[in-house]
Amino acid sequence: MTAQLIGVPKEVFPGEKRVATVPEVVPKLAKLGFAVIVQAGAGEAASLADEAYAAAGATVAPDAASVWSRADIIFKVRAPTPEEIESMREGQTLVSFIWPAQNPDLLKRLAARKVTVLAMDSVPRMSRAQKMDALSSMANIAGYRAVIEAAQHFGRFFTGQITAAGKVPPAKVFVIGAGVAGLAAIGAAAGLGAIVRANDTRPEVGDQIKSLGGEFVPVDYQEEGTGVGGYAKVMSEGFLKAQRETFAKQAKEVDIIITTALIPGKPAPKLITAEMVQSMKPGSVIVDLAAEQGGNCAFTEPGKVVVRHGVTIIGYTDLPSRLATQASTLYANNLFRLSEDLCKAKDGVYNVNMEDEVIRGTTVIKDGAVTWPPPAPKLSAAPAAKPPAKAMPAVEKKGHGHGAGEPMAARTLAFTFAAAAILFLLIGVYAPSAFLGHFTVFVLACFVGYMVVWNVTPALHTPLMSVTNAISSIIIIGALVQVAPPLADGALARPEEVIRWLAVAGIALTAINMFGGFAVTQRMLSMFRK
Amino acid sequence: MSASLAAVSYIAATILFILSLGGLSNPESSRRGNLYGMIGMAIAVLATVFGPRVGPSGLAWIAVALVIGASIGLYLARTVKMTQMPELVAFMHSLVGLVAMIVGYASFIDPSASAGMSPAEASIHHIEIYVGVLIGAVTLSGSVIAFGKLSARITGKPVLLPGRHGLNLAGLLAVIWFGYAFVQAHSIEQGMMPIAVMSVIALAFGVHMVMAIGGADMPVVVSMLNSYSGWAAAATGFMLSNDLLIVTGALVGSSGAILSYIMCRAMNRNFLSVIAGGFGGEAKAPAKTPGGAQPAGEVVAISAQETAELLREAKSVVIVPGYGMAVAQAQHTVFEITKRLRDMGKTVRFGIHPVAGRMPGHMNVLLAEAKVPYDIVLEMDEINGDFPDTDVAMVIGANDIVNPSAQEDPSSPIAGMPVLEVWKAHTSVVMKRSMASGYAGVDNPLFYKENNRMLFGDAKKMLDEVLGALKG
Repeated sequence: MTAQLIGVPKEVFPGEKRVATVPEVVPKLAKLGFAVIVQAGAGEAASLADEAYAAAGATVAPDAASVWSRADIIFKVRAPTPEEIESMREGQTLVSFIWPAQNPDLLKRLAARKVTVLAMDSVPRMSRAQKMDALSSMANIAGYRAVIEAAQHFGRFFTGQITAAGKVPPAKVFVIGAGVAGLAAIGAAAGLGAIVRANDTRPEVGDQIKSLGGEFVPVDYQEEGTGVGGYAKVMSEGFLKAQRETFAKQAKEVDIIITTALIPGKPAPKLITAEMVQSMKPGSVIVDLAAEQGGNCAFTEPGKVVVRHGVTIIGYTDLPSRLATQASTLYANNLFRLSEDLCKAKDGVYNVNMEDEVIRGTTVIKDGAVTWPPPAPKLSAAPAAKPPAKAMPAVEKKGHGHGAGEPMAARTLAFTFAAAAILFLLIGVYAPSAFLGHFTVFVLACFVGYMVVWNVTPALHTPLMSVTNAISSIIIIGALVQVAPPLADGALARPEEVIRWLAVAGIALTAINMFGGFAVTQRMLSMFRK
Repeated sequence: MSASLAAVSYIAATILFILSLGGLSNPESSRRGNLYGMIGMAIAVLATVFGPRVGPSGLAWIAVALVIGASIGLYLARTVKMTQMPELVAFMHSLVGLVAMIVGYASFIDPSASAGMSPAEASIHHIEIYVGVLIGAVTLSGSVIAFGKLSARITGKPVLLPGRHGLNLAGLLAVIWFGYAFVQAHSIEQGMMPIAVMSVIALAFGVHMVMAIGGADMPVVVSMLNSYSGWAAAATGFMLSNDLLIVTGALVGSSGAILSYIMCRAMNRNFLSVIAGGFGGEAKAPAKTPGGAQPAGEVVAISAQETAELLREAKSVVIVPGYGMAVAQAQHTVFEITKRLRDMGKTVRFGIHPVAGRMPGHMNVLLAEAKVPYDIVLEMDEINGDFPDTDVAMVIGANDIVNPSAQEDPSSPIAGMPVLEVWKAHTSVVMKRSMASGYAGVDNPLFYKENNRMLFGDAKKMLDEVLGALKG
């Protein structure tokens, strides 16, 4: 099979400035064995000249038709229009954003053309697939751009300053949703000097927020918010109420709110109500990154900037496109990485290997057959989430080091108690009372020891052993009382000499333990320093 | 000193001992805890020496014995290396066992000890002596063998006699039989034979038990012997009707028992199966169960320079030390590297598995010796959630405690053992002398993971090179 030709048409969606490949990626594709054909002016809006493409080794085609008809593989950003689909031919491969869940019609039309379609929005969330995760690349840009847009509409500095003319307080930014976009926004806003707070339903992202200079504002309600694939999931009513209270409080305090809350396949949750907008200071800005899915704010109008109650609400749906050069470069790299996996032989031919989990997940139509949705991925990518596929049921993790663990199973417990009862019964029947007194002390001491020792920190287990060792040299008392008991009854023949020597040896040996044990413990403990 | 005053002093000593153990709940209060222990011990000894049960003629003897013992003890405490702590602890356990035996025998041949007792009391007294000597003997011989194994004077491999469970059972029955004979004995001469035979059996049992246990199970053995030494003291307390001994023995005994339990759970093993022995030997061929997946993938080796480069680029580093670090005495170099990285503004932390090393808390002591601040030394449960945000996880001389098959492969012999999830870090670097499997004899799929790198060589030498490269 001869090497395939990758075609990059100019995006036709109004206002779309991105392009699916950039000149610096063209030689990389050539190394995989592909030839590249680019429609004239495709990169113009992203400040990428046709000459640059040509210099990088791509063919520049005069119009879209020649790209669509000649190329074996089409790289696009936006999903194709019906007209574009008409110009596709059987056996062609399309790589683009598709959003198959939202666009079942589009999927049907494409399938009818008997083509193969790889959806960049369906790349599985796996660590191996991160390099081709275009959603993350675009979200990253959107988050950054959201801060820039907010800064443009906000009438003050972000950073606090003390100037000759007076004090400028720093802007307070509240970011809702700490996914890729949210984290990028946190980083960008913190970089501009603002005080950044952020909230997310997934508690494990708290550390990531802090690492970027933000402050984690938790919702005071217990519920795990991590769904499959590390995305957020729909939360319970009780949680939502607590969440609204948290947001209402923040709305009164902050100057800028950036919302990024999206739940896959659902309309965006309405998090910022009309009352909250009213409670904000005049001049405040809300940037709604979920505008395309209906928006997180009650007043959001997708694609527009509106002012309500003195608050500017930005509902742009094309934030990545507003940073077209950067967005195109990252997207082109994502496509290149995907091509690498699709063309392991580096012979310039796509091999859509449905055994490969990443390629399987990305492919939504294979040779005209719809293969979307893919089988559910097995592992969640979320950091602290307990891997569901974790070992066997026998591995129940018990409390460790700081408590007695969970209660025993009822049967074991009953058995233990029964055994203890019989033991105690026997002792009670046969033992003399003097023994029982000691026995009481013994049992109670065991319990005290049990309680005390569970509180010992694991870091000090070695000192614990050496100090208990030293303490167990209390056995010296046994030897001490045998050296020369004054009560020795002269009537009994007592082997004084033997006992004394035994006792003296005992004392000397225990003294080693006693002094050595305490001294070495002291030596160890003095090393534990902050 | 009157008997009441002595009794009150004992109560004070008891309280101080409890406070002493309680103080170990955190490093800040631990030093005071140790002080409480010393004061308690001093009170107990003084109250006994000047109490009603020691005549003035014994004072000189006691003083001489104490001076001899104290000088040896202090000398040992001052000179012992921190890597040798497990040996020292085992050695001291053996002393407690020996003294329990001595006191038991002395009490037995002392007719005044049981004078004026009723027959039932005398029987109980005899049982107490018998049990005290029994536990003492097992502690003594077990600790001596453990000492030998820990100091590599005896092979770390499990030594398994054929039919060892039968031998143990026979020993137990013999011990019970002779115990009966001992209690029935009417004179010291009659009783001497059964107790002597029992002592021999108990000593042999102690040797046999610890010989059968492999090197990696040593933490369990050491803490178990710790527990035994406590029970020996408690048994002596019963023998002498001394509540202070009983209480202290019970404290130490339950402390050791809890430690053994924690260690067993950290290896996801049953206490009995550890004691029954046979596991944890290098000698065993890698357990390749039919269902067990062979690790697939390539082992990627890197140099010390590349490791240093990785560390230089990392923001967050977690170091997982194991017994290999102790063997190579590399803790000081580890600290130098840590210091260097922290000066560069990187987050460096340590993840400690409960059974890393040869005794509970072994790694913490080594790191503390090397002046690593204890607040960056974290437990397994504290650090495991942070690995996905960690750039480099550096494993130094550890194997089984970072083996992913414990979680991933239900047929693995170590399945279900809690492990440090280093493979979730962006990159993990494993320092090891060779590709040999760990004590559990299990292949480690971590080495074949895509994001894992192997740094082969002696830990100390390699770390020195890494440090050099970091400085350069």
